[in-house]
Amino acid sequence: MAAALTSPLPVTADEDVPRRIVSRTSPGDAIFRAVLRASGLSVFLITGMILAFLILRGSWALRADGFSFFTKQSWLFVGNNFGIGGILPDGIIIAVIAMIIAVPVAVATAIFISEYAPDRLRRPLIAVIDLMAAIPSIIYGVWGRFFLVPRAIGTASWLSHHLSFLPAFRITIPVSPSTFVGSPVIAGMVVSLMAIPIITSLSRQVFSQAPQGEREGAYALGSTRWGMVRTVVLPFGRAGVTGAAMLGLGRAMGETIAVLLVITTIPTLNWHVLQSGGNSVAALIALNWNEATAHMLSALMAAGLALFAITLIVNSLAAVVINRSRSGAATAD
Amino acid sequence: MSGTGDAPRGPGQGSAVRSAPGQPATEVPLRIRQVTAEDRLTLGGAAIGSLGLIWVLYERVLPFSGAFGFWLCWYLGFLVLYAAAAGLQWRPLVVRDKLMAAAVGSGGVLATAVVLEQIGYSITRGLASVSHLNFFTESMAFASPTSSLRVGGIQHAAVGSLEQLGLATLFSVPLGVMAALFLAEVGGRMERPVRTIVNAMTALPSIVAGLFVYAFAVLTLGLPESGLAASLAVAVVMLPTVTRAAEVVLRVVPGTLREASYALGASQFRTVWNVILPTARSGLSTAVVLAMARGIGETAPVLLTAGFTANPNANPLHGWQATLPTFIFNMIENLGQYPNDVARGLGAGAVLMLIVLVLFTIARLLGGSAPGELTRRQQRQLRRAAAEWSR
Repeated sequence: MAAALTSPLPVTADEDVPRRIVSRTSPGDAIFRAVLRASGLSVFLITGMILAFLILRGSWALRADGFSFFTKQSWLFVGNNFGIGGILPDGIIIAVIAMIIAVPVAVATAIFISEYAPDRLRRPLIAVIDLMAAIPSIIYGVWGRFFLVPRAIGTASWLSHHLSFLPAFRITIPVSPSTFVGSPVIAGMVVSLMAIPIITSLSRQVFSQAPQGEREGAYALGSTRWGMVRTVVLPFGRAGVTGAAMLGLGRAMGETIAVLLVITTIPTLNWHVLQSGGNSVAALIALNWNEATAHMLSALMAAGLALFAITLIVNSLAAVVINRSRSGAATAD
Repeated sequence: MSGTGDAPRGPGQGSAVRSAPGQPATEVPLRIRQVTAEDRLTLGGAAIGSLGLIWVLYERVLPFSGAFGFWLCWYLGFLVLYAAAAGLQWRPLVVRDKLMAAAVGSGGVLATAVVLEQIGYSITRGLASVSHLNFFTESMAFASPTSSLRVGGIQHAAVGSLEQLGLATLFSVPLGVMAALFLAEVGGRMERPVRTIVNAMTALPSIVAGLFVYAFAVLTLGLPESGLAASLAVAVVMLPTVTRAAEVVLRVVPGTLREASYALGASQFRTVWNVILPTARSGLSTAVVLAMARGIGETAPVLLTAGFTANPNANPLHGWQATLPTFIFNMIENLGQYPNDVARGLGAGAVLMLIVLVLFTIARLLGGSAPGELTRRQQRQLRRAAAEWSR
């Protein structure tokens, strides 16, 4: 002890080393922390198992069909002819249509809630958006099939007649009462209802983080409320809204039941979006489940793997976009 | 944002009240955001005018049809008329501002309208079958698609839904809360990867979760297609939701409470069990109930793992089980051929919607208080205990 007291005080910067503080956790706490760590790591385990089992069960079909699994556009029992070359792009088309409808509506709603709504309306509106997210997708699907379809085919028919200079709006099948019924546009409309609450709630959080000083500066320079929103809030929230839109896209691509109830399923690519005929990988799996042979089951697993991979990539990109931005980092959950 | 509603008030700013000479000017707060009668009348006039105009034009003059197109044209007409009417009264800058305010406000109106429409539609269309008592007491074991609405019901589907929801909650909530505790309390090197994976899992399409449980539990482990397998799939879907919401709630618990508990010598387990979890109880309950509302509506993974049956099956470990969403799906599938089936499906939709509404309301009621806020009964107990002490 005396030696320690007489040892020279550190004189140079290198000798001034921070004291290592060691605290020993009690055995009970060590077990507790280990249990918590195990449950945290279990999410890795679950995700890893999902990937592993899908690859395991789907690889048989992939080996049998080879790369043409991704390019062929057919799904037939006969001859084990399975290919998602048409189904995967069909699903992406529906998701993109859903985004075209959902993003403007969701951003407008988010701006309204965060900038324009009076204080006493804000909490009820946020509750309404949360409720919109909680409504089961089968309710939206049933509504879409029975309520929306009869009322929207008039508009679809008008668009196909008067805007037929756009190749996407042309009709290539004979016109009959069911030409417009199961189209990607109507499926996209129903799916957009499910994407709107996700985009709205995330965008609203992003917009509310816009710096108060910049807002007040805009007002001080004489701008109107919309001018302030356009110059301060929207540029600030650009990355956050992009990330939110990509999250909505991921949700739209994974939607199963609403698409299944509305669309007329075909195995080929249909980019005439106003006419009936479309598909999505999720709807394909749900539809063909019961009558699947072993080979088709493996093909369905492979298709599910492809879908999971795409939604993972889209969501990872969204996370990167959100976290790298000024607005996103503030709202990182 | 609310800063715009209250401008910084200075003396004599914008006051229209003249005080007596020699007296300091009376301060009248300047109201920045005022909705004048002109605003309201312009808005209302444009809406009604557009309605009248489109009503006349729509199906009589122009060859359009369908309610969707009608309301779309009404909205466009409303915007045009509003811009024109505003242009007559105010300068262009103000007109642009008011037009964008109307456009943005219609987003909020649309969201509310959609929710009310979904609720109203499912409940009103379901009334025809829900009004029969047998709807709740019988299953479809003795009913065929053509039998009248007085036979058959959703008893088997309701039982299946509740059982699977209970099991899924049992599997996902403890694991989810513990994972959230890991992220909030233990952290360390694995915190960022785990959080990234949890966020990635929220993107998992529910049908892929069903595929996974089928491939793993049913094909590999040999578990039968049953309610248990379905509840595993639903638990996988619910887990990331529970984890994310619980983590947000746990992080909001004030750090001073934790530090006080550690300073009093409590171990980490005791701190979590006796201080943090009770403080976050209302938020955690909200997270759990919201996850339950999501779980009960899952259709796709249940179709894959629990099959479907018309018979009541109260045993989740063995045999196919029906749930409300799969019941709706199966009843609706043969559209038009069996109207009674469709009516039953819509009735089940109404029941499902009501359950979700009830769960959602419970979640809002539970989550109303901030962490650590005491209920009135707890405050009374605290006062009584304090009175005891001071004696």
